Amino acid sequence: MTTSVITGNDAAATAAKLARVQVIAAYPITPQSPVVEVLSDWVASGELPAEFVNVESEHSALTVCIAASTVGARVFTATSANGLAYMTEQVWWAAGARLPIVMCIANRAMAAPWNVLNDQQDSMSVRDAGWVQLYCRDNQEILDTTLQAYRIAERLNVPVMVCYDGFLLSHTVMPVDVPTPEQADLFLPPRTDPLQVVDPADPRNIGPVTLADPRADGAGVLRPGYMELRSLHHGALLDALEVIPEVDAEYAAVTGRAWGGLTWEYLLDDADVAVVAAGSLTTQLTLAVEALRAEGVRAGVLGIRSYRPFPVAAVRERLAGKRLAVVFDKALSYGVEGPIAGDLKAALQPLGGEAPVVFGCICGLGGRDVSPDDLAAATRRAVADLSGPRDRAPDWINLQPQGIPQPQGDPR
Amino acid sequence: MRDLTVHQIAMSSPGIGEAGRTGDWRSEFPVIIAEACLPVKSGRNTCQICWGHCPDNCITQGSPPTIDLTYCKGCGICVEVCPTDAIVMHPEAEYAAFERGAL
Amino acid sequence: MTKLLDLPQANYVLPGNRACAGCGIGIGLRQITAALDGKAVMAVPASCLTVFGGMYPTSSVAVPWVNVAFPSTAAAAAGLAAGLRAMGRADEMTVLAMAGDGGTGDIGIQALSGAAERNDDFIYLCYDNEAYMNTGTQRSGLTPHGARTTTTWAGKRENPKDLPRIMEAHGIPYVASTSAVYPTDVYDKVARARDMHRLRYIHMNTPCPSGWTFEPKDTVRIGELAVECGIVVLYEVVEGAFRLTGRSAALANRNKALTPVAEYVATQGRFRAMTEETTAEVQAWVDGRWAGYVARHAAGR
Repeated sequence: MTTSVITGNDAAATAAKLARVQVIAAYPITPQSPVVEVLSDWVASGELPAEFVNVESEHSALTVCIAASTVGARVFTATSANGLAYMTEQVWWAAGARLPIVMCIANRAMAAPWNVLNDQQDSMSVRDAGWVQLYCRDNQEILDTTLQAYRIAERLNVPVMVCYDGFLLSHTVMPVDVPTPEQADLFLPPRTDPLQVVDPADPRNIGPVTLADPRADGAGVLRPGYMELRSLHHGALLDALEVIPEVDAEYAAVTGRAWGGLTWEYLLDDADVAVVAAGSLTTQLTLAVEALRAEGVRAGVLGIRSYRPFPVAAVRERLAGKRLAVVFDKALSYGVEGPIAGDLKAALQPLGGEAPVVFGCICGLGGRDVSPDDLAAATRRAVADLSGPRDRAPDWINLQPQGIPQPQGDPR
Repeated sequence: MRDLTVHQIAMSSPGIGEAGRTGDWRSEFPVIIAEACLPVKSGRNTCQICWGHCPDNCITQGSPPTIDLTYCKGCGICVEVCPTDAIVMHPEAEYAAFERGAL
Repeated sequence: MTKLLDLPQANYVLPGNRACAGCGIGIGLRQITAALDGKAVMAVPASCLTVFGGMYPTSSVAVPWVNVAFPSTAAAAAGLAAGLRAMGRADEMTVLAMAGDGGTGDIGIQALSGAAERNDDFIYLCYDNEAYMNTGTQRSGLTPHGARTTTTWAGKRENPKDLPRIMEAHGIPYVASTSAVYPTDVYDKVARARDMHRLRYIHMNTPCPSGWTFEPKDTVRIGELAVECGIVVLYEVVEGAFRLTGRSAALANRNKALTPVAEYVATQGRFRAMTEETTAEVQAWVDGRWAGYVARHAAGR
């Protein structure tokens, strides 16, 4: 184990190298570009014996990964924002094809208008496609989670998206313990047993046209229809609820570090106000809750590590009986509310009277700064709002006050 | 955990007749007139142009070649490419089980 | 030049498939797969060819085949090639990208240009039926001038893109133009490509009875007439050396006059609304192109 002071992008690239990826195809986009450059450098020097394909677009980047993964190779790519949007057709393809691809997302705001700074709108916009989505709070977690992602992906035959905040993590240097190649190999053996068969001696047609209903094959055996295949895919995402913590524990056995599996927490046990988020914001939330505790507010952090699958049982268990959950989203489902807030409300609803009130906040869009003070202030506002209705419109944090109000027209 | 031996993805295997009996598509079918067929007339292994141009691989080489009427779609390309006009199309109705007026 | 009788009888395109009666693709695909002896993995986007792949769980082509998203064929082929190399299996099979004119020259051209610039190691074969046929005959960038499609009811205004020429401009080692209705020409070009490396591009004109509106029995005749008219030209460019092949070479070598375009136009319903003026424009375009090909053939470049 060596400690290096490296950026989040470096951590992601280092993990791909330790995972002994065989094919890399990535297209540069701010703030992900250094990942591509570092990997390209290592391939050129021989430090990473992989095929590096200089694709001409993000759509092609993920396509190359899909195809190489189909013939059994371990692959890697990364992107942000509009690059992810451009490859979205292939994000769906990779998931439906059940390929164990790992992709890092350096989270960045979506155009229009242009903005290269951080928020989580890009990865949130593809949460439905059937990838595992994990969010990292610091550069150590980026390295560890990206390495874990291969084990998760290959165990489930589901692609995994490892998300980390653009610039805040991608470009910020932090001390990171880098596992040795021996540790990495111990944790992550080579990929075996792909679902796909590419063999002239057994010629198969992969990903053909399917029908609505099951259809018999030449031997008279009924094969699934599209809906059955999708049901199996969803089942694999549900299996991830077990596999993600298992792999986290396996990783801890080799490196001594675990990340909580699906969720993690800070000062949550005796809290009656939970503050909830994903990514680097959660680190700032730990400072906010310390400040709130000092003034008598019993606040605690619930960090969402696995956003997909959504950790329904874990959030019910950790938040039942609490008075309030304040959710900080760096993204928005336009016309309603933040994605984590919406999912949390749905997950807690069956708790009935035991469910906390859930108030959402929108923060950090387009790189708008969010300090622990802002988060603590927003939490105080939410506590004060408890005297009102059980639901309220999202609280937009740090909108500049020059005549621009919080959005109007939300009936809650 | 799910049983991963269950087919998780759509992956087909090759087989004849994926679309069913495509011979049912046609309204006329080809017949090779052996006496006019070049390999038969010359006694040599020659021609086979019909075999070479069938889009559906329904013709097997021979003297004369043979046509698989289960799957032949009746396109008529073999008739057009035969250099000795040894193939003619017959209407399916010629061998129909019902008289038209009885339907 | 392989004779018809010497073509392999090994058969990878199975009867009872879903293609239209008289489909030009079937004639060509038989020779493409035979030339590769089935030792290939095909990357196939949404297109008429997908129909040959059948509906799950049965396929009509006995060659490994990966279905891919519409714009992505060349990138998928690049990924298959890279993956096979990484797995030490590159010797086991040729990577063959096979897409229609739309998937190649319109929605697919970006990925193809990228692959050609990188000179990735696979064969790319475009079967050109001159419109988006699988979705019901909408125009493509390769639809001929004057042809009626469901999005050019008054006849397409523009001439088709010259895809082989575009591919030549990328400096790849092999570019060829063939026609599905000449089985031996298709076979020889795929066999030559099979034995080369890096990006090899083959453009295969493919008559389509359904979309061009003619009787299925005339697929081969119309494909041959296109060559007689100089509309379709059979050639190959090997490391920059140009030569006409087959019937096109014979026409040039014997200095034969081309058949007038009007005869070709008269055979197909898609040209029914063609005016004399448009026909004359096409004739002039064909004549200019043909003169260029004859000159290249003479110069060997």
